[in-house]
Amino acid sequence: MGKRTSPGDRRDDLSRRRFVNTVAVGATEAAVLTVPGKAGAQLAPPPPTDAESVTVVLNVNGRDHVLRVEPRWTLLQVLRDHLGLTGTKQGCERGECGACTVLIGGVARYSCMTLAVEAAGAQITTIEGLMRGEELGPVQQAFLEEDALQCGYCTPGQIVNAEGLLRRTPAPSLDQIREGVSGNLCRCGAYAHIFRAVGRAAQLRKEGR
Amino acid sequence: MLRAFAYQKPASVKAAAQAAARPGAHILAGGTDLLGCLRDGVFTADSVVSLSGLPALKGISANPRGGLRIGALTTLADVAGDARVQESYPVLAQAAASAASPQLRNQGTIGGNLCQRPRCWYYRGDFHCLRKGGDTCFAVGGENEYHCIFGGAPCFIVHPSDTAPALLALDARLSITGPRGSRTIPLSSFFVLPEKNVRAENILAAGEVITEILLGPPQTGARSLYRKVRDRGAFDFALAGAAVVVVMSDGKVSAARIVLSGVAPAPWRVPEAENLLAGRPLDAGAISQAAAAAVKGAFPLSKNEYKIALVRGILEETLASLA
Repeated sequence: MGKRTSPGDRRDDLSRRRFVNTVAVGATEAAVLTVPGKAGAQLAPPPPTDAESVTVVLNVNGRDHVLRVEPRWTLLQVLRDHLGLTGTKQGCERGECGACTVLIGGVARYSCMTLAVEAAGAQITTIEGLMRGEELGPVQQAFLEEDALQCGYCTPGQIVNAEGLLRRTPAPSLDQIREGVSGNLCRCGAYAHIFRAVGRAAQLRKEGR
Repeated sequence: MLRAFAYQKPASVKAAAQAAARPGAHILAGGTDLLGCLRDGVFTADSVVSLSGLPALKGISANPRGGLRIGALTTLADVAGDARVQESYPVLAQAAASAASPQLRNQGTIGGNLCQRPRCWYYRGDFHCLRKGGDTCFAVGGENEYHCIFGGAPCFIVHPSDTAPALLALDARLSITGPRGSRTIPLSSFFVLPEKNVRAENILAAGEVITEILLGPPQTGARSLYRKVRDRGAFDFALAGAAVVVVMSDGKVSAARIVLSGVAPAPWRVPEAENLLAGRPLDAGAISQAAAAAVKGAFPLSKNEYKIALVRGILEETLASLA
């Protein structure tokens, strides 16, 4: 996939510049209203914005957020730049690395390849939502115990993806784990530890921890 | 950030078809290919017509006349994980499971998988190539190790889909709805080669939406397999692959369908190989002759001759494991 992105084209350079720009101007332009629970969801009058903007309700980690979003905004952008949930990482922005993985309807997906408008109405879970209060969730705990990271940049995506894998396959074999985490790249090469951590997480989940 | 576009989410297929027929409109199903193309500037969208308001297009059900109806918005993960598909059409379950990564299979749809644009790095990159309206195929004199060995000229892309060859080997049909009505066509008439239309990979007219994929009842004695070879063990497109369906009766092949992936601008059926197998047991001699016949018309470029040996090897292994 990376190899498909071309011999000697200038795309990489452009992406990097675009990335820096995005970060630099990443301040919130949208109105963000956090409403506890669906029952209490109230739509305040949105501020005047781009005519193309639409109002959506995103349910993230169990809370409804009423937002004005532009159709072109990805879920990744909205999570990070407008909801402040920066645990979800921006990596390749092209569905090739997995750093931006979140659960949508309990299923692992790339938030960089999902428009925010398309995620409206679904239950979205980010790495922040896998905490149990101030305690680590079982997958997070397993990654810690097995030392399944070096730099840590891919880790939130790895953990959220592993959570999705274990929800579908609670007791995966090593082959199922290897295949199941194949959509998350780790440039540090911590794969052996990651495989072990997913196995350990399955055990912790089974024990109800 | 992506260039701005308008967003529509029609509540009926007809409304979606009408919206998608407007110039500059693009259909969004799973979005995993569309967003990539928009991000890379392969083309632009003035409006995006989402199919997410059409839940009837999602899911797998028994066809009243036998076989299965797969809604076009069914995700690849759901196709791969469906017990009926695994049981009666293993070639399709395997093909769907071999595509992309777990996350992309959770999002990408089977209809979208048939409609995805080529991965040629000149097409995806900043090259005004034939497929984008230019007058040059840069692969001919360039880096062409992942390009086609069959059916090229004047453009040498490979069709990137894994499910397309499997569905073609299963003789699937497609239901399509456009602004002016619906039609059902055999998948074999869906794809087009560059010599016929260098700008598109299929016959869909503006606004036409695939709504369902129809599979006939499984044939008695049918065995099937999808084999995909990639540069790495997972999460990659095929260097080459084969979807094979053989129907056995009394120890002999009564019918065979062999469709190659990763080697042509469309899923590439090899009738020469199929005919060689008909009426014979799947023994070493028949297998080796069929594999050789499959690559007879190959026309490699400067850096992809390896695909000829690869296809032969894939077919020899696949047919042997079906014997």
